[in-house]
Amino acid sequence: MMNLATITSPMDHPYTTTTVSDRAADALCGNLLLSVLYMVIGLVAVAGLVAGLGVVLIYVERKVAGHMQARLGPMRVGPHGIFQTVADTLKLMLKEDIIPAKADKPMHLVAPMLAMAATILMLAVIPYSNNLQIVDLNIGVLYVTAVSGLGVMGILLGGWSSYNKWSLIGAMRAAAQIISYEVSATLALLAVVLFAGTLSLAGIVESQAAGWWIWRAPVVGVVAFLIYITASTAEINRTPFDIPEGESELTAGFHTEYSGLRFSFFFLAEFINMFVVSALAATLFLGGWMPLRIGQFEPFNSIMGLVPPSIWFLAKASLVTFAIMWFRWTFPRLRVDQLMRLEWKILLPIGFVNLALAAVAALFGLYFFSGP
Amino acid sequence: MSVSLRTLNDVVRPPTTAASALATQEYFVNMGPQHPIAHGSLRLVLRLDGETVKEVIPVPGFVHRGIEKMCEHLGPRQIVHLTDRMDYLSALMNNWALAMTVERAAGIAVNERIETIRTLMAELQRLQSHVLWWGVLGMDLGAFTPFLYGFREREVIGEIFEETIGARLTMNYIQPGGLMYDIHPGFARKVKDVARYIRPIIDEYDTLLSGNVILQERLRNIGILSPEKAVALGCTGPVVRASGVPYDLRKVEPYGVYGKAEFDVVVGTVGDCWDRYCVRMEEMRQSLRIIEQLIDNIPEGPHMVVKYGARIRIPEGIHYGQVETARGVFGVTIVSDGKGEAPYRMHFRSPSFNNLWAVTALAPGWRIADLIAIQSSLDLVIPDIDR
Amino acid sequence: MALAPGSSKRDKVNRPAVSVPVEALAALAPKLRDDPALRFDLLLDHTAIDWIADGRFELIYHLYSTVHGHHLTLTTSVSRENPVVPTVGAVWPIAHWQEREAFDLMGVLYDGHADLRRLFLEDDWEGHPLRKDYKDDSMLGLPK
Repeated sequence: MMNLATITSPMDHPYTTTTVSDRAADALCGNLLLSVLYMVIGLVAVAGLVAGLGVVLIYVERKVAGHMQARLGPMRVGPHGIFQTVADTLKLMLKEDIIPAKADKPMHLVAPMLAMAATILMLAVIPYSNNLQIVDLNIGVLYVTAVSGLGVMGILLGGWSSYNKWSLIGAMRAAAQIISYEVSATLALLAVVLFAGTLSLAGIVESQAAGWWIWRAPVVGVVAFLIYITASTAEINRTPFDIPEGESELTAGFHTEYSGLRFSFFFLAEFINMFVVSALAATLFLGGWMPLRIGQFEPFNSIMGLVPPSIWFLAKASLVTFAIMWFRWTFPRLRVDQLMRLEWKILLPIGFVNLALAAVAALFGLYFFSGP
Repeated sequence: MSVSLRTLNDVVRPPTTAASALATQEYFVNMGPQHPIAHGSLRLVLRLDGETVKEVIPVPGFVHRGIEKMCEHLGPRQIVHLTDRMDYLSALMNNWALAMTVERAAGIAVNERIETIRTLMAELQRLQSHVLWWGVLGMDLGAFTPFLYGFREREVIGEIFEETIGARLTMNYIQPGGLMYDIHPGFARKVKDVARYIRPIIDEYDTLLSGNVILQERLRNIGILSPEKAVALGCTGPVVRASGVPYDLRKVEPYGVYGKAEFDVVVGTVGDCWDRYCVRMEEMRQSLRIIEQLIDNIPEGPHMVVKYGARIRIPEGIHYGQVETARGVFGVTIVSDGKGEAPYRMHFRSPSFNNLWAVTALAPGWRIADLIAIQSSLDLVIPDIDR
Repeated sequence: MALAPGSSKRDKVNRPAVSVPVEALAALAPKLRDDPALRFDLLLDHTAIDWIADGRFELIYHLYSTVHGHHLTLTTSVSRENPVVPTVGAVWPIAHWQEREAFDLMGVLYDGHADLRRLFLEDDWEGHPLRKDYKDDSMLGLPK
C-alpha cells in the first residue's frame, strides 16, 4: 500500500481508493487463489477495455466526422450503425495477411505488437475511478512517459521493415515527430507533478480534492494543459500532426504495407492512444475521477459528489477525446519542418518558462487552497 | 544535326550521391498513377534527397484516349460529346469552344438568347469547378472537411444543370448553332436561389480555410512563379493571373455576352500558391456577379438556329477558337480540307497540359508537402492533359 | 510583313498567318519574341498536320503577345521522309513538351531537343498514331 501521507493536499475527501493490484497483493498473504483471480481479472479488464474502447471510439469518430462534414456516417449496420465497428473488425480479422516479399519478416510481424503493447501498458495505470484502477505505481507519470516511447518503436519498425520508400519516409517523420514532442508533453506533466508532490497517478487525482489543477494552479495550469494537449496530439499522429500517415502524400505512410489483423492493431492503437492521452489529461489537469470541488465549500462539494466518480472521469476523458477528434476534421496538416519548428522553437521554450513559474508557485504556495 | 531519342529509363538514372557533409543518397520515388492525392491518373517520378524534391518528371498518358484521332471521322455535333470528356469540370466551356470555332468557320450567326444562356451556363460551371477545386485543395493539405462541403455546393449547382441539360458531368449542351435544349421557365428563379445560397457560403469557406494559419503557412511564398516565367511556360488562367499578368480572354477578346457584363479580372502580385488560392476564391465572387447581372435579362428567341440534322460545312483552312475555362485558355484548332463534315485534323489546346509543366520548374528545392501544395494550386484535371 | 526570306502569307487561316521555310525557323523564333513591335511571348499551341497526299508535315505555332494583344499563326513544312525541325524550346520553354507530343503522336523529329522521348505512349510503342497511314490491330473499321 502506498503512503498517502506524502500528498500535499491537506483536504479530505470522502473517497477510499484501492486498485486491483492492491487487492491481489492483500490476498497473496492468505488466499493464493483469490490473488490469482484478482490478477486474471486485471488482465481481462485491460483486454476488455481495449476491445470495448476500440469499438466505441471508432464508431464515435466516424459519426462525429460524418456530422461535421454534413453527412450521417454509418447508418446501416444496426440502428444508426452501432455495429459498424464490429463488422469492420470481423472483416479485418478474416482478411488475408499480406507481407511484401522483400520485407523483413520478423520485424514486420513484431511492429504492430509493439504499438499495441505500449497502449496496453498505459491503460493499466490510469485511475478510472476511486476503486477502478488496475495498478497504481508510485512512479506513475515517469512510467507513462517511458512506455509511450515503445509506440515509436512500433511505427519505426513498421515503416522500416516494409521495404517501401513511402513507408520509410513516414516512419522517419514519425520518429522525429514523436521523440520531439515527448519533451514538451513531459514538461507539461511535470508542472502538475510539482504541485501534487507525487508521481503516482492515484495520488495526483487525490491531490485535486480541493480543486482541479487546471484552475487551481493560476495560469500555469491552463498553459500546461494546452501544451500537453498540443504535444499529445502530435504524439499520437493526429491531424494537424498526422504527417507520418499523411494520406494525401504518402498513401498511408508507415502502415501502407499492413493488412488484416495486424493493420487493425495499428489502427486500434491509434484510437486507444487517443483515449489514453485524454485520460491522462483528465487525470492530471481535470481532476480525474474527482468531482468538481471548491476548497472546503461543503454544500457545493456534496452536490457535485452526487454523480459517481466513474461518470466524472468518463465525461472529462470524453470531452478531451471529442476535442482531439474535432481538430482532425477542422485543421489542415502541418509540414514536417513547420512541425519541428513549432516544437523546438515555440512549445519547448514556453514549456520551460511554464515549469519554472510552476516551481515558484509551488514553492511559495501561490495556488488556490494551498496547504499549511 | 543532333536528334537523339531517349526513353524513360535514360532519365531515371542510377541515383547519384548528393554532395553534402553527411553521406546521403538521392532516390527515385513514384507518385504513381494510383495515389490518393492524384487528381486523376498522373504519374510523377520524383528524385528526392531526403524530403527535398530535386526533380519532378511527370509521365502523363494514362488517360490518353486518342480523342484527336477519333475526331477525324466524326461530325462537329459528335465531336462536342468528346470535348466534355477532356476537362470534365469545365465541360460546357469546352463545348462552347468547339461550337464557337465551328460557327465562325461555317459562318453561322447565333442570336443573343443563345449567347446569354451560354455565358450563364459557363459562369455557373466556373463557379462549380472552383468550388470543387477548393474542396480538393483542403483535402490535399490534410483538412478533410472542405472536400465534403465543396461537393455539397457542387451538388446544388449540378441540380440546375440536371434540370436543364439532363446530365451532371458530361453536358454536351452547347452545340454548333445553339443549345441542345431550351431552358425551362423556372430557370431564372432557380439560379437566383442558388446564387443567394452560395454567396454567404463562399464567405464561410474563407472562415474555414483561408483564415487558418496552418493553411497560410502551407501556401504563402511556396512555388513562386514570376510573370515572365509563367508566360514562357505557357501557363494561362488563374495560374498566370496570380503571377500578375492580366490575361483573361473574357476581357481581352470578349465572346458571348461578356462584353456587356461588368466584372473584374482578378490579378495577384507574388505568384505563390497563396495568390493562386486567392485569385480563384475571388473569381468565384466575380462569377456570381456576372450571373446576377445576366439572369434577369435573357432575351427571347429560338434556342437553335441551325436545323437538327443539317450538314455543317467547314470551309477549307485552319480555324482556331479559344475560350477561358476555369483552368485557362482552351483552344480548338480545326483543319478542314473542305470535303465532308469530319475535320482533316483536330487539335485541342488544353489548359491543364500547358499548366502541368510549371510544376517541373516550381517544385525542385521544396519538400514533398510543398509539391502537393503546388500541384493542388495549379488545379489540373488529368484527362485534359492526356486527351 | 517580310519576317524572313522565303516567307509568305498562309492563306485560309482565321488569324494572321505566315508560312516560313524550316531553315529560317531557328533564327526567326527569337526575333518574334524579342522584337518590340512583335513581342510574341506566349506560345499558345504547337501541333502538326499530316498532309499525306502532299508528302509533308505542316507544323503550326499559335503565338500571342500578352504585351500588345495580337495573334500570329506561324506554319512551316517538312517532308514526311525526313521530318527534322529545329526546336524552339530555347525561346518558348513550353515548346519542350508540346514538341514531345508532336514527336510522340506524329513522328516529327526536333533537332536540338534535350529530352526527345515519347509523352503519352510507352517508350517501346511502334509507330505514330496520328499519321494518316497508321494501322494497328486494335483499330476498329472506320465508319464511312
